[in-house]
Amino acid sequence: MSNNTFYNEIINEHNLNPYHKHSIEGANFSLEGVNPSCGDDIVLSLKVEDGIIVDGAYEGDGCAISQASADIMLDLVIGKSREEALRLADIFMRMIKDKITDEEKEELEEAGILESVSHMPARVKCAVLGWRTLGEMFEAK
Amino acid sequence: MTDIERKIREEFPLIKNTTLAYLDNSATVQKPQCVMDAVTGFYEKDNANPMRGLYELSLRATDVYESAREAVARFISHSGSSGEIKEATEKNPITGEKVSPEEIIFTRNASESLNLVAYSYGMNFIKEGDEIIVSVAEHHSNFLPWQQVAKVTGARVVWFDCEADGSFSIDTLKALITDRTKLLAITQVSNVLGRVNDVKTMAELIHEKGGVIVVDGSQSVPHMDVNVKELDADFFAFSGHKMYAPMGIGVLYGKKALLEKMPPFLYGGEMIESVTKEKTVFAEVPHKFEAGTVNAGGAAGLEAAIRFIEGYGFDFIKEREDMLTARAFEKMKNMPHINIIGGEKEEDHHGIIAFQVEGVHPHDVSQIFADSDIAVRAGHHCAQPLHKHLGIMSSTRMSIAFYNTEEEIDRFIKVLSSIRSRMGYK
Repeated sequence: MSNNTFYNEIINEHNLNPYHKHSIEGANFSLEGVNPSCGDDIVLSLKVEDGIIVDGAYEGDGCAISQASADIMLDLVIGKSREEALRLADIFMRMIKDKITDEEKEELEEAGILESVSHMPARVKCAVLGWRTLGEMFEAK
Repeated sequence: MTDIERKIREEFPLIKNTTLAYLDNSATVQKPQCVMDAVTGFYEKDNANPMRGLYELSLRATDVYESAREAVARFISHSGSSGEIKEATEKNPITGEKVSPEEIIFTRNASESLNLVAYSYGMNFIKEGDEIIVSVAEHHSNFLPWQQVAKVTGARVVWFDCEADGSFSIDTLKALITDRTKLLAITQVSNVLGRVNDVKTMAELIHEKGGVIVVDGSQSVPHMDVNVKELDADFFAFSGHKMYAPMGIGVLYGKKALLEKMPPFLYGGEMIESVTKEKTVFAEVPHKFEAGTVNAGGAAGLEAAIRFIEGYGFDFIKEREDMLTARAFEKMKNMPHINIIGGEKEEDHHGIIAFQVEGVHPHDVSQIFADSDIAVRAGHHCAQPLHKHLGIMSSTRMSIAFYNTEEEIDRFIKVLSSIRSRMGYK
């Protein structure tokens, strides 16, 4: 496995200077996602109006993969409909845990760089934390 | 690699030709060929169900198993080892009380040993309102069983906190001990801090109140001379796999008088004198605690591991491990953005250095090490209360065995010093 370059500029940038790591006002969806065994812990908050995610943010801490992945996810889903976000989360989960097509990977945009995590069983939980929390949040309501 | 390093590594098939720097020795160590040969040898030459048959082969199997028990008894009666196999001779008498083989119970691992004490001793001799003192540095396996005992019996768990440098103050313990104190659960060496605790003094204090001390020796027996009689431990638990033996064989030492009054932990085959529909008479110790067919192959491996350790001797093993610890520690303590957990001196660490890299999560730290072919551990190391007490979420741990090399330590240091820049810090 050539993951010597796994911590690339994109991951490092989203981890060190996250765009969406803050609190937001008027969130109507909020859920905590935790990986108890490694200590990744985020609270994902979304503001959804007329079925569209108009704003979103997360707070918390954890490893670079969990934090960067959540930040990248928010880049992708803000401005999209709830259903579209769920569909993208499903593609992401399949990318990490199984396989996806090239077309699907393209839809994930920057999140596609996390594909190599699928070969790192110990980091799968980290990479999917934000996406799993998004799915649980929408399915619960 | 030095000549002696080459000689040692030649004994370990997994590491002799690998580029992996294995620095996760507190989790488990690699196995020397002689241990694997002993396990195979049992199944090739001596395999029958020990203690059952009257035929020669079964007697041999019993001998292998009981010989391992004697080796363990000798191993934890060491004092001031020079590496010689300790057997009393006229010229070299063993002074002081020795562990009797009857005081050695074979289990699967230290966790099972500690559960045995909790279920058999704890559940029966600890009552509502009693107090169980547990050190905050315990591995979960010497805390969770006591949490259960407290829950079932109505006793209370009292935390014995360490100082910021990871040391345990005898004065703190004195203040915690009351007339209700029945038991102290403490590790001889913490798997995060690496410091040796003054178990002997703690045992004295707890005995003054009529309580017992349960010592987790998992991280001490592979690395230093241990004499449980001198420590006056009532129970002492450890795993074989951390001391070069196979996984699946562990030990509980218990003072005979205590073991005799304790009920069995598991019920089944070969732990009885007689069984009728109405009444069962249990076997004597230690067999009372070894229900079912035993792990005789594992026991053979454990005896081989003890002989392996004694062949090198703890003077040699400890000197090498201290030297390697110092080599890493000296560099780490002056490295910017590296915070070492526990003692500020290398001699406080005994081959275990847990640390944090500022701004980088331990899982990322250990991932970078993994990418560089270095095995270290990240997380809470099954010691969540300790991490919480020290105010940290988790840490990365490097841990040393005497087969590690100076070159491996240097590689570790080189990677460590590059981590922040690899994570995008300027």
